[in-house]
Amino acid sequence: MPGFGLTMGLTLTWLSVIILIPLAGLFLKSLELSPEQFWNILSSRRTLNALRVSFGLAFAAACVNLVMGSIIVWALVRYRFPGRRIFDAIVDVPFALPTAVAGVALTALFAEKGWLGAPLAALGIKVAFTPVGIFVAMIFIGIPFVVRTVQPVLQDLDPEIEEAAGSLGASRWQTIIRVILPSLAPALLTGLALAFARAVGEYGSVIFIAGNLPNVSEIAPLLIVIRLSEFRYADATAIAVVMLVVSFVIIFAVNRLQRWAQNRIPAR
Amino acid sequence: MTIEVKNLVKQFGSFKALDGVDLKVDSGELLALLGPSGSGKTTLLRIVAGLDWPDAGEVLINGEDALAQGARERHVGFVFQHYALFRHMSVFENVAFGLRVQPRAVRKDEATIRRRVKELLDLVQLDWLADRYPSQLSGGQRQRIALARALAIEPRILLLDEPFGALDAKVRKELRRWLRSLHHEINVTSIFVTHDQEEALEVANRVVVMDKGRIEQIGSPDDVYETPATAFVHGFIGESIELPVRVEGGVVRLGDRPLNLAADGLVSGASRLFVRRHDMLVGPPGSGAFEGAVRHVRNFGPVQRAEVALSGGETIEIDAPRGRELRAGDTIGLEPRRYRIFTG
Repeated sequence: MPGFGLTMGLTLTWLSVIILIPLAGLFLKSLELSPEQFWNILSSRRTLNALRVSFGLAFAAACVNLVMGSIIVWALVRYRFPGRRIFDAIVDVPFALPTAVAGVALTALFAEKGWLGAPLAALGIKVAFTPVGIFVAMIFIGIPFVVRTVQPVLQDLDPEIEEAAGSLGASRWQTIIRVILPSLAPALLTGLALAFARAVGEYGSVIFIAGNLPNVSEIAPLLIVIRLSEFRYADATAIAVVMLVVSFVIIFAVNRLQRWAQNRIPAR
Repeated sequence: MTIEVKNLVKQFGSFKALDGVDLKVDSGELLALLGPSGSGKTTLLRIVAGLDWPDAGEVLINGEDALAQGARERHVGFVFQHYALFRHMSVFENVAFGLRVQPRAVRKDEATIRRRVKELLDLVQLDWLADRYPSQLSGGQRQRIALARALAIEPRILLLDEPFGALDAKVRKELRRWLRSLHHEINVTSIFVTHDQEEALEVANRVVVMDKGRIEQIGSPDDVYETPATAFVHGFIGESIELPVRVEGGVVRLGDRPLNLAADGLVSGASRLFVRRHDMLVGPPGSGAFEGAVRHVRNFGPVQRAEVALSGGETIEIDAPRGRELRAGDTIGLEPRRYRIFTG
């Protein structure tokens, strides 16, 4: 293959400089801790709770985005309605908006006196300054990942296969479950993984709405920043290393799943 | 199963896809809908299948109102031009699909489904491909699988939309013959859409020629070829010479020259004269209704195709049998063995 040496060399160099070397630094820094210290930091109640909040809520938010994102994609791709292009553009807003702006906007909206916060408070639901707020912010920033990954695949999906399924006697529901979703599965899984990864790493928008109560609504990235500001660098890197490893394992697993789904549909 | 279509009208925006179509298909027929693109043939097929709905008119399948049912209830096998196979399913699962989605009450058990799929794959002679995926098949194989899939539900009628349209010429010819013998074997009432006249004439028992949302002629392949009902049919089927003529008082004129052709019963006015290329007989100069000079000649197997400039200036192409070789520059007389004149 011509160009293999060149492109492979560039790929490895670039990935090393941009990703691998900084991450290696992270691991090196955490080596300053003895295994016992490392374990103590990780098993402290505050760290465990922060990790639980971050990963748990990120996964829940990614699942919500998967469902809602799929519905939005379906509407955008399959139907023609006035304002479709505008809605299509709005999907990208969470990509572009500075996350701090998003955080402030969501906080104002869901605060007890806010437009949405007030009616919810009347129902006894508190969003701002609780884990629910974190969940909302994570949904907000994750939605474009699902939409943009699934959209091109759905556009490529020939509507004729739905007609074929229908004429073979499949109900609408059977067509969705047996024909459409399996065809979209690889893209849906990629979208899920991306939305999840984004939500785990999200900092800017979450800290405004979270309330940041230790053990309740404190996310792991914030805990890292707090440790840094206390000059406890090793503590910070220890938490960072754990986040890195867990994220990597989860994304790798989703990737394998996606690969498996993809292989069931050999390339055309 | 019979299919009956009454006064079907369908409009897409300002485009009239179907403009009052009446058609009756008898049980066990293999009917071709033939026409150029935009003639409404695919729309008609899709309406019969329940994939589209008419603005007005009736569709009866076996005497029952089909428009009251969706595609799912009609029990119609449909084969798409671009196969529409399920990419994520193996060939086996594609064929089994229609059996697996049946309501639980009538669904067959797994062993029966397997046996039935095996039978169908044998029928289309592709049992050895059961475990492959559609992307690993050739176009002709895909279309045969699509047909097996449509037959799995034991459809009351079979509808094929340009089934060979996406295939190359050689495979098309093979599949045509194969489709005809398959129809002979299973004998299910079938309609197929095509824009290829050769395909329609070779495969179908009856041909429906359509243009601009209307039926121009319904007849056996021989009928539509030998006795075209309209100028459109004559021009569309078979290779024809078309000349603008005028009929005045029983005389046919090309330009200002009277032609020695019978014009009994023809309405006076602007008309069009149609002659099949091979129906122009070549003779010595002055011997026929036309005279012209041979421009050039190409040989196609049993015939020589000559471009002839008529004395009035029109240029036509004729197919003359080999034997009496034509040469560029020859002056020849031409006599139409058979011809049709259509007013308008």
